[in-house]
Amino acid sequence: MRAVIDTGDPGLEEWKRLFGQLWRIRAFEGQVQTLAAAGEVPGFAHLSTGQEAVAVGVCAHLGREDALFTSHRGHGHVLAKGSDARAMLAEIIGRSTGLCQGHGGSMHLVDAPNGVLGATGVVGGNLPLAAGAAWAAQARGKAAISVVFFGDGATGAGIFHETVNLSVLWQLPVLFVCENNGYAEFTSREEHSTVGSVRAFADPYGMAAATVDGNDLPAVFEAAREATARVRSGAGPYLLECMTHRMAGHYVGDAQHYRSREELAAVTAKCPIERMKRRLLGLAVAREELDAIGEAAIREMAQAVADARAGAPADPRMALCHVYGAPALQANPGAGE
Amino acid sequence: MSQTYIELLRRALDEELSLDPAVHLLGEDVAAGGAFGVTKGLAQKHGARRVRNTPISEAAIAGLATGAALCGLRPVLEIMFIDFATLALDCLVNQSAKYRYMSGGQLAVPMVVRTQAGAAGGAAAQHSQSLESWFIHVPGLVVVAPSSPVEAYGLLKRSIRLGDPVLFIEHKRLYALREELPANLPLPDIGRARVARAGCDVTVITYSAMVGSALEAADIVAGQGLSAEVIDLRTLTPLDMQTVAASVMKTHRVVIAHEAVRNGGVGAEIAARLAGELFDELDAPITRVGCRFAPIPFAPELERAVLPGTADIVRAVQAACA
Repeated sequence: MRAVIDTGDPGLEEWKRLFGQLWRIRAFEGQVQTLAAAGEVPGFAHLSTGQEAVAVGVCAHLGREDALFTSHRGHGHVLAKGSDARAMLAEIIGRSTGLCQGHGGSMHLVDAPNGVLGATGVVGGNLPLAAGAAWAAQARGKAAISVVFFGDGATGAGIFHETVNLSVLWQLPVLFVCENNGYAEFTSREEHSTVGSVRAFADPYGMAAATVDGNDLPAVFEAAREATARVRSGAGPYLLECMTHRMAGHYVGDAQHYRSREELAAVTAKCPIERMKRRLLGLAVAREELDAIGEAAIREMAQAVADARAGAPADPRMALCHVYGAPALQANPGAGE
Repeated sequence: MSQTYIELLRRALDEELSLDPAVHLLGEDVAAGGAFGVTKGLAQKHGARRVRNTPISEAAIAGLATGAALCGLRPVLEIMFIDFATLALDCLVNQSAKYRYMSGGQLAVPMVVRTQAGAAGGAAAQHSQSLESWFIHVPGLVVVAPSSPVEAYGLLKRSIRLGDPVLFIEHKRLYALREELPANLPLPDIGRARVARAGCDVTVITYSAMVGSALEAADIVAGQGLSAEVIDLRTLTPLDMQTVAASVMKTHRVVIAHEAVRNGGVGAEIAARLAGELFDELDAPITRVGCRFAPIPFAPELERAVLPGTADIVRAVQAACA
């Protein structure tokens, strides 16, 4: 594992900022959990608690013009990309002030001006979309790259293999980031695949790839720095496998009977925030300063919930809007009902 | 000079590729001309970067086209047979159709999926289906089914420019049909049906290859003193119920004809709407003509036994007017 101080080290102030980003995601997901438990989140909520370092380490290398696609477990990625927590929470609780005016929800956050081009609730469905965005950038001569986050469960879908093959064939500027948390919903990796590592899938297609400890923020940061630089250089797609752990269940309310108490305790011991905190303490950052960073994130997200709740409820008059864009279709009663 | 359905599709693609640098073609074998030759020569003319072959990966290429459409391209994807669209359904139904909606209008999918459907002699159960009604069930998709070479030309150009995801269903039996493209022909509007033949006794509502059968049937019943009006729907979503209603209020008798099976079909949708909205205008039960409820068989004798044709429409018209 790499030390904090290494090639491309962004400097102590940036590490502290990124530490704060970990906390912002943790606090955000904590709020979503509370809201969901209180019945304020319609439908399902899938938390990324425990996987924060992947989101933060990768998104640190992305600009607004870079396309990001995520999955049902995507809150952390969207937040790390720089989207507004209030508008995200408003969407998650179904307000008209939400990112998508309540049309999308937790599993379908889109923030186009920030390059967040979508999250899909169908596992693996986001992969070719990201490749398509990369193709558009390539075809239009843009410097932007495309990044897609997915879990190890998605490698069970044929579309993963189809997309990797196409991306290598067309040398598309797309970074595949697998958050290998060892579970496809309730089923462990040992039960759902005979291939030990996701990284191994890159080899037959000739795709560059690496595996990294996804709970170690500096390690993810450095690996993602190399990966994004390579993809930006036009060298084709890249697969970054980040070994991580889901601290929460598949969804809010999942009792996780399929995981032992010992396993959950071990996962807690690998908490990426605690690990980063120890690193920063080792670099002589005061404990009080680090605690203050965490507390600020918690306060920010509590306020963001209050702001989100203050938004107007989704407007029923908007229920038939955005089905089609072409004016002739919107006006045609046959199109919408 | 007359041109075939295939040649006019190619001409539409060629013109749109020339007009708009965002237009790109992709699909299995398209750079080599495609399985039916629709894209022949376009890679040579517009470059291999804009007319691209893909692996046999329908799910991924539908996603690729959708992702590219989100980011400023206007992809025209060829799915070789509509039977293979089954492999792309997650993308078309869960992504392409819903992206504008789920994003609250932030994003759009200006994409055309060209495919071809229908039976044309021995292609059997997995290369002959008419699956259009699956797609009219999905809000967000536009479904177009052109009936002639000139219609195909105009509707394809309109579909590429539309800005919403379009499933553009060609019919393999029409590919060799010839027609002359009139000069200065206005392009048809998406969502506007056309009266293919005017009449006053009965309305035959149809689309795609069955328009030809309906016109033949209209000729036959004309000899028996019956005047049939033939409506070519052109687009199945949206359905132009205004044009249909205007005709039904004139004729008061309705036959709906399509090659797809009747169960859960386009005809069922139209019949339900007419029964709901124009019940008092109807002087006879609505009759549907469609494929028998079986997979499309291989042997010609079997295929003929299930497919609907001109004679079925003639019988339905006679029954409606009895």
